[in-house]
Amino acid sequence: MSKIVLKNVYKHFDKKVTAVSDFNLTVEDGEFIVLVGPSGCGKSTVLRMIAGLEEISSGEFYIDGKLMNDVPPKSRDIAMVFQNYALYPHMTVFDNMAFGLKIRKFQKDKIKKRVEEAAELLGLEDLLHRKPKALSGGQRQRVALGRSIVRDAKLFLMDEPLSNLDAKLRFQMRAEIAKLHQRLKTTSIYVTHDQTEAMTMASRIIIMKDGVIQQIGTPKDVYDNPENTFVGGFIGSPSMNFFDGRIVNSQFIADDVHINIPEEKMAYLREQGYAGKELTMGIRPEHIHLLTGEEEAELTNSILSKIIVSELTGADTLLYSMLGTQEMIAEVESRTNVTAGEDVYLTFNMDCAHFFDKETGVRIRPEKSAVLVG
Amino acid sequence: MEEVEMAAKKRDEERVASAPAYFDNIHTKRKLLSLINFILLAAGSLLILSPIWWMISTSLKSMAEVMTYPPTFYPHEWNWGNYIKTWKAAPFDTYAINTITITMLVVIGSVLVNSFIAYGFAKVPFKGRGILFAIVLSTMMIPGFVTLIPQYVLFSKLQWINTYYPLVVPAFFGSAFFIFLLRQFYMTIPNELIEAAKIEGASHFRIWWTIGLPLTKPALATVAIFSFNGAWNDFLGPLLYLNDENLYTLQLGLQVFKGEMNTQWNYLMAGSLLVLLPVIILFFFFQKYFIQGINLQSGGK
Repeated sequence: MSKIVLKNVYKHFDKKVTAVSDFNLTVEDGEFIVLVGPSGCGKSTVLRMIAGLEEISSGEFYIDGKLMNDVPPKSRDIAMVFQNYALYPHMTVFDNMAFGLKIRKFQKDKIKKRVEEAAELLGLEDLLHRKPKALSGGQRQRVALGRSIVRDAKLFLMDEPLSNLDAKLRFQMRAEIAKLHQRLKTTSIYVTHDQTEAMTMASRIIIMKDGVIQQIGTPKDVYDNPENTFVGGFIGSPSMNFFDGRIVNSQFIADDVHINIPEEKMAYLREQGYAGKELTMGIRPEHIHLLTGEEEAELTNSILSKIIVSELTGADTLLYSMLGTQEMIAEVESRTNVTAGEDVYLTFNMDCAHFFDKETGVRIRPEKSAVLVG
Repeated sequence: MEEVEMAAKKRDEERVASAPAYFDNIHTKRKLLSLINFILLAAGSLLILSPIWWMISTSLKSMAEVMTYPPTFYPHEWNWGNYIKTWKAAPFDTYAINTITITMLVVIGSVLVNSFIAYGFAKVPFKGRGILFAIVLSTMMIPGFVTLIPQYVLFSKLQWINTYYPLVVPAFFGSAFFIFLLRQFYMTIPNELIEAAKIEGASHFRIWWTIGLPLTKPALATVAIFSFNGAWNDFLGPLLYLNDENLYTLQLGLQVFKGEMNTQWNYLMAGSLLVLLPVIILFFFFQKYFIQGINLQSGGK
């Protein structure tokens, strides 16, 4: 049972570099929070401040209402999994997992029971007497997880725990961690640079850039309603298409391409004074569709474009082309045999398009829902 | 198709057939090279070992033969009894026990204390760490003889003269070289290990004891050997601070053979060899760590 609160947290290094600025977050008991962002965005620093490995330059950090700023890591009752597992190489798997319990002076039989339970949960029963050197990457990762769960800590921190595993194992461990969380319900904070991990595991995602939170929300929320162009581009793969253009007469005009904007979107764009102005349109590749016949094309809001590259990924095909002078990726069904050099009609599902202010990159949205999302 | 396969097969066969001669050639070349290497190294070794041989040969000669001119290369008469006479010439049993006591204390002190200090310098961030470490290192530049007299004055004011304290206590205050050596080793241990232990609830002392010490064993062995060597072979320290014959160490004991008028070279050499023996045995067993210590000194790992 634990609720954590970070209030106006800043981290400065050497009084010059600001790694994290004005970080505010409330995590409810049992949540699985994923901090995601490109490397150097300050996500690991936030985690290390929560762990107590890094001092908080200013601001407040509470666990269950208790101020933790000056509490040493060992008294914070947290567990942490590190990127390189940080297993003690001279100890067996059992001793690695029992280390924290021994320090906390648990009775021997109790330690044994707890370690064995955790080992069973993670499928490590047969490896308890091995040294970390004799384990595979996935097994080491499991031991690191086991070491954290035996202590039954209030808060579970993970710093890019899967980034040293190969793709297949990563996929597997991702599901396993999610399963573990569902079972233990320990409040968790997970750091990664991989947006897929963030999308699949999080109950809420926090997207960071240059030490500043860009958006906090459920995976669906941040995917469907990105706060700004950075979030739109970072979440989702292949990433969102962005086109710079202008709004004229309910049409979005980029270079010489005209696209009709649905009236409900046009209403709030007009309301906020974007009519006739430069802005950025964002649309996800899966919201660009391929049209087959010319007749159909004439009826809908479509453009003719020459395909530059066609990539079959398995379930889908990615079509690379140009919208005027700007690059565009469309994700279409794999069965459409479009080849490079072909001219095809593409149409935009404009209900799913987003408009961003060109200067700030912030999404322009209907004023009412602003309150809801924020 | 078949023709092509046949041709390929033939080519392979030819290649296999020509292989032995080709390898033979390289073999003889290698053999010759290693022979030259061996001769050069053997010659060098003999040169370096010649003083040791001189010691051994002298230790087995009679005093009369030692004095003959020209000197003999090996003894005419092998006086193995010299060794027993040497040991009985003074209370060497007591000296040996004294030396072992001092050496053990010095080794224990050096290993634990230097490791603890090095852990602090490598893994505990604190203000002024860099400057403090630089100061510690700079003490390496001060020749031991400069501090000899102040140290003597200090110890005499503490009334430690004629006790083992001046020989043992300094080992419990760390030495710059060992601190440096161990710190370099600690730097190779990932910080994550220390951080993981911290989060698990371990204090720095505990981390040092349960994780630091076991993981730095190779470097600790190096420190143990170097400090053993230093304490065992120390002559000046015991000479300065010990007056009572019952407290003498082996190195001091050897002095009985050096009279004012003449020196009993054969006994002195026999005694020196006996005293040297433990160091040589130690070296044979722990060569690896000796070499590692020297490598660490030059910055490699």
